[in-house]
Amino acid sequence: MTATEKKKIQHDFKEKMDYDELLNCMRCGFCLPSCPTYIETGHQEKYSPRGRIALMKGITDGIVEPDDDIAHSLDLCLGCRACEPVCPSGVQYGHLLEDARSILQEHKKESVPVKMLRKGIFNELFPHQNRLETATSLLGIYQRSGLPKVARKIGFMNLFPESMATMEKVLPEVPKRKEIRQRPRFFEHENEKKATVALFAGCLMDTMFFSTNNATIRLLQKAGCDVVIPENQLCCGALHGHSGELGKAKEMAKENIDAFEAADADYIITNAGGCGAFLIEYDHILADEPEWVERAKKFVSKLKDISAILVALDFQNRHRLKLPDQIVTYQDSCHLRNVMHTFSEPRLLLQSIEGVTYEEMEGADTCCGSAGDYNIVQPKMAMQILDHKMEKVEKTQAKTVVTANPGCLLEMKAGIERVGKTGEMRAVHIADLLLEALE
Amino acid sequence: MSAAKVKKKLSLLKEKLTSIVGEKNVDDSSSGRLVYSYDATPNYQAMPDFVVSPGNAEEVASVLKLCSETETPVYSRGSGTNLCADTCPVNGGIVLLLKRLDQILELDKENLTITVQPGVITKEISEMVEEEGLFYPPDPSSMKISTIGGNLSENSGGLRGLKYGVTRDYVMALQIALPNGELIRTGGKLTKDVAGYDLTRLFVGSEGTLGVITEATLKLIPKPESQKTILALYQDIEAAGRSVSTIIAHKMIPVTLEFLDQDTIKAVEDFTHIGLPTDVKAILLIVQDGPREIVERDIHSIAEICRSEDAVDVRLAASDEEAEKLATARRSALSALARLKPTTILEDATVPRSEIATMVRAISEIAEKYNVRISTFGHAGDGNLHPTCLTDARDQDEMRRVEEAFAEIFEKAIELGGTLTGEHGVGMTKAPYLEWKLGAAGIDVMRGIKQAVDPKGIMNQGKVFAEKTKERAVAAK
Repeated sequence: MTATEKKKIQHDFKEKMDYDELLNCMRCGFCLPSCPTYIETGHQEKYSPRGRIALMKGITDGIVEPDDDIAHSLDLCLGCRACEPVCPSGVQYGHLLEDARSILQEHKKESVPVKMLRKGIFNELFPHQNRLETATSLLGIYQRSGLPKVARKIGFMNLFPESMATMEKVLPEVPKRKEIRQRPRFFEHENEKKATVALFAGCLMDTMFFSTNNATIRLLQKAGCDVVIPENQLCCGALHGHSGELGKAKEMAKENIDAFEAADADYIITNAGGCGAFLIEYDHILADEPEWVERAKKFVSKLKDISAILVALDFQNRHRLKLPDQIVTYQDSCHLRNVMHTFSEPRLLLQSIEGVTYEEMEGADTCCGSAGDYNIVQPKMAMQILDHKMEKVEKTQAKTVVTANPGCLLEMKAGIERVGKTGEMRAVHIADLLLEALE
Repeated sequence: MSAAKVKKKLSLLKEKLTSIVGEKNVDDSSSGRLVYSYDATPNYQAMPDFVVSPGNAEEVASVLKLCSETETPVYSRGSGTNLCADTCPVNGGIVLLLKRLDQILELDKENLTITVQPGVITKEISEMVEEEGLFYPPDPSSMKISTIGGNLSENSGGLRGLKYGVTRDYVMALQIALPNGELIRTGGKLTKDVAGYDLTRLFVGSEGTLGVITEATLKLIPKPESQKTILALYQDIEAAGRSVSTIIAHKMIPVTLEFLDQDTIKAVEDFTHIGLPTDVKAILLIVQDGPREIVERDIHSIAEICRSEDAVDVRLAASDEEAEKLATARRSALSALARLKPTTILEDATVPRSEIATMVRAISEIAEKYNVRISTFGHAGDGNLHPTCLTDARDQDEMRRVEEAFAEIFEKAIELGGTLTGEHGVGMTKAPYLEWKLGAAGIDVMRGIKQAVDPKGIMNQGKVFAEKTKERAVAAK
């Protein structure tokens, strides 16, 4: 970074960071034991929430210059937000992190290819569901072509980081594009009608995890919901927000609010913890736009995770759920737990399945290392966290590891692959498992 | 010294530090230095030149020797949770991180001791010994985060201090690195040991001003068989204070007897959502432990006393789980209060427990007099109160009034036969008042000891010994 760039960043920190929120951290350190990167780095303050807030405040106060070390400290944060529920002072760490990342990203000097790639991914791909469908359908063509076997055989994937190579193996089979396109937009309730819900279909959830979305719809129907899938909805914008592209995220938030207002449902349902956590903060990210903030609040008030709505509608008592005898454990989605505060419901649902012996995993509430695109941009730390996570998973002797977010699902699949247990252990989304138990 | 000379001196120092602890354990990056420029004390921040992480006692001693030779200030540090600015590196120099010395070395079930390195988190010790049916009573509110080394240096207390005392009461032996580079051992696994001055007690609570504790052997006791928790609710703060005195006067020593005022109750409830009643003026959280029948009897008598002292309600925790939730909630009091205003300044005034009601009243009068907002919670049973001022460091006029209010609170505490700090240490925040408590001659004794052990004065500069004692508003009686 040049001196001028540093000055500009410093200026933006002074202008844009929420200074009251920075001061709100009274440095008690209650966050430290909950921070995965603080623990994994051997208790380095630089990689703790308290340390990161001090760094942000340090730049704002002009005590330190923004440099690569500080950028790295912020980059290494998983954004799991486990520090928030344990913070007695109620510091909104996630918001501070998003703001700081956004400022740093704005001033980042990136090589032309990286810039183009970012622009491509953030502006041209994710905000356009049809393009995303195209992109994933290419993956589907690749998967069905027999190429993966060849690629693995000739060691092509070895050219990529270990984490990517593992990931490639565990990606779900993408449905054909036609199948996605032909899915109806309305599904009628079964049994007694309880509510009308609008499904937030998501971007990757509605392509790569299409079958999980279908399972979610089936569960909602069985629970007595009319299910609408509003047209014109987009990716939630979490990926953008967490990567410092807040401006783009705001645009997407507005389009989504528009799309869901039209549906006029009782609830808006998500089945991905990461998306849910971003959607539930639309009122925060649009806080400085008066004409949007009320609409955002209404949107937010309707939002519920699939587990939460099922429990609210007493699904587990009104249906017989049964699986072959097995031990099941649950890995929390950090965002579902720490931001949406949904953690007892998925456990309750799993415990109500006949044949399931539910075994709570030690540290189920800590991040698995997936964290959005973290496992791609910080593969080393992600794998370190995952390997420690797998030790805990194996201790439960579970046959099935249940998750509630696509990133976590892939990460757990990768973890199972890494410990060589593919075949004897599986990772599954809670919606898929519940549907299985129902049938 | 010219800038060039300073630079040269620092680069030479870095080279020598690196040769002792290795390159990756010396950090002079600006981010690395910044994150060790503070602890949990508001308004204190200063950048060290280096952050050094030794891996064993010998390295600690070598670093200290080097620092003595080069007259470099040393600030040893655990998790930085202390509240008297004791780990703030005010004069630059070195922050000596003890996080790599994090091993539990021995659990001796025959002698009932545990030997640990300073970087072990206190809660780990508690949990480990309790699994064996043993008990390490000191439990500072920060025990999930704080290191035992920090607890030893500050002589930390906690919620169980009333019955079991403070950290000092559980230290049997120490290994200490001295500023001259020597390693010494004090005490042993002995119940009886009167050989020479009690150096163990001298170093415990010396706040890093004499040496660095590199190993400690702690005393364990059998784990109490059972415990029970009650909440007594009051609409009159003084009635709560009177209850404390009456309970003790009835020859009952609960393990925990905590006081929370309404502001604190509300802030804690806002964080924990465990159902604390926010419509009462004060709560006493009372725990007794021991043999089942005695606990039953004591809790029953205590509840009776609370009722007779005008408690509006007395509730028994339904389960151990609920009791634990209440204790955990209480531990978050200080940080939860920080929700209310940008700056939260907590003090540690302590009085004989018979004076609790008087002190609580005095604190609210003083707050009113200086027009500042002070909430009070604390370990009422042992007289250790935490009047906590909710303020904004950016408001200079208010900050001046806050300082005056606290000066008067300290003065009142001492007048009632109390002290400046019951468990947090003197550090920087209370150094200007220490002479009020010890007298000039007392400070001189301390200076003599400091001079003998740390002649170059490198250890934790700026702490405990004040450059200037604050003038008392009212002349000492």
